Amino acid sequence: MPSIRQNPSPEALPDFRNLGVTARVLIAVNLLALVAALVVEPDWNAMLDTFVIRAARFEPPLVATLVLLYALAPWLRRFSYWIGCLLVIAVVLAFTAATHVLLGEFAPAGLPRTLVLAAACTAVVLAYLRLHIKAHSPALAEARLQALQARIRPHFLFNSLNAVLSLIRRDPQRAERTLEDLADLFRALMSDGRSLVRLADEISLIERYAAIEQLRLGDRLRMSWELDSAPVDAMLPALLLQPLLENAIYHGVEPGTGIGDVLVRIERRGDRVFVRIENPWHAPAAGTRPGNHMALDNIRERLMLFFDDEARLQTGVEGNRFRVDIDIPYRGRA
Amino acid sequence: MSALRVYIADDEAPARARLKELLADIGGDVATTVVGESASGLDVVERLPASAAQVLLLDIQMPGMGGIELARHLCGLESAPAIIFITAHDRHAVEAFELNALDYLMKPVRAERLVAALRKARAAPAVEAGRAARLERAASGAREFFSIVDRNRIVLVPVGEVLFLKAELKYVTLRTGAGEYLIEEPLVSIEREFADRFVRVHRNCLVARAAIRGFERIAGGGEEEPHWSVVLEGVDEHLPVSRRMWPAVKSVLPEGRE
Repeated sequence: MPSIRQNPSPEALPDFRNLGVTARVLIAVNLLALVAALVVEPDWNAMLDTFVIRAARFEPPLVATLVLLYALAPWLRRFSYWIGCLLVIAVVLAFTAATHVLLGEFAPAGLPRTLVLAAACTAVVLAYLRLHIKAHSPALAEARLQALQARIRPHFLFNSLNAVLSLIRRDPQRAERTLEDLADLFRALMSDGRSLVRLADEISLIERYAAIEQLRLGDRLRMSWELDSAPVDAMLPALLLQPLLENAIYHGVEPGTGIGDVLVRIERRGDRVFVRIENPWHAPAAGTRPGNHMALDNIRERLMLFFDDEARLQTGVEGNRFRVDIDIPYRGRA
Repeated sequence: MSALRVYIADDEAPARARLKELLADIGGDVATTVVGESASGLDVVERLPASAAQVLLLDIQMPGMGGIELARHLCGLESAPAIIFITAHDRHAVEAFELNALDYLMKPVRAERLVAALRKARAAPAVEAGRAARLERAASGAREFFSIVDRNRIVLVPVGEVLFLKAELKYVTLRTGAGEYLIEEPLVSIEREFADRFVRVHRNCLVARAAIRGFERIAGGGEEEPHWSVVLEGVDEHLPVSRRMWPAVKSVLPEGRE
């Protein structure tokens, strides 16, 4: 699990000591030159010649700039983003001017024109790097993860508190247990949604959750657990299963008047972990219980952020059962 | 003062138990007797009328039929109870209650609030003018049932079973595969509420879109002009389509079913 916590603000200059940044700058500048050559030359061969000749002129200041920026990186970081950008442009202009003087009579155009071109190129590359940082910013991924982190339905909280109130006099011990379960559940909900947890912990969490729902719904909720071959040491994103079980009960059991069977099955096959959650399917009536897909989309996106392409989440209705299948890579405790 | 007759409707047993505890606690302020309790809306419809309840404590989220629809059906009862809605968390419902001056309590219910709501219910006439309309406005969607109130009994007819509705004088005749019922609602409001389910074929007639099997050209003769009539699944009766409605009605039937 790559940590996503180092957190450069998107308003910072790119890290000029990062190989990726250096490579991107080199590629970007050369691409710009190639495009420029493409624009001026009608013929492919002539274009390549032009490009090579020009490369000979802009490559030295470019490389010199990158080397100097590498050296200056810690010092540059002390300035704000925009001042940093101006300093970078100043470095580029200085090297460009120096190259221009060295080239002497081989210089392609007047100095002012060359300097304007160099500054424009630098600005374009800086803008590109800024966009790149924004798009891939760990801070952004983190914010997305936090926003995506499962949130329990207020409906559940208030109904559970109400159920506990009803227990306090009749069955104080069960009331205590239920409050402890609620506390564990909320501790998990308020914890760090960016971490991986052991499957065993997630299972014990959803068992606590199910116990509270059982208290509220009584006979209407019939849980079956198939966990014998669950790989308890597998690591998975925290709170992956609880929202799915909550969905199953909210959409599958609560709207029904009869007994609602909910199945939770977790098993390991080779290096994959399979989770299935099944509940009775009620065709959504007009104007009731929306939001099912938001929870599922949320979980799908979290899986994507954690496992990239290696995780699957599928849903389907078969007969009168609604089913969610998750398939994630098995990763033991690191 | 005699004890207030209270009926409790909530699908969660612990919630019902909690309300009973509270009612017992506040007995000194408002004396009550619990005359019945139900875990579903349909059960309330069946058992509440005979209980002579004066107040109904009604959870709005119940399986089968929600609280607001249930309240709308109860409106027709001669001795309809005052209704206090209870909700755990439903912003939309709460907004609708506020907007339409309907009484509600939030779960977990507080004793003081319950006392105030019961006192208010005791003071107000249960069947006040305009309540049906306010409930209708508070509802978030179409009903699942039509209700026919027969003195102190409510018969529910699932909307999905209705084949057509025909207005005749003061009443609307509602026809299902099983029989006919008379209801006292204007056809216009039914048309508005169930626009996606029924289509108007004539000034006095709504037809279930799903039941339409085809159209017949009636030759006419004598006084009668030739006209189209709609053929419904399991109905022998001719239901004429008015010339004005024909273009709209024609398009209801998908291709290939004619």
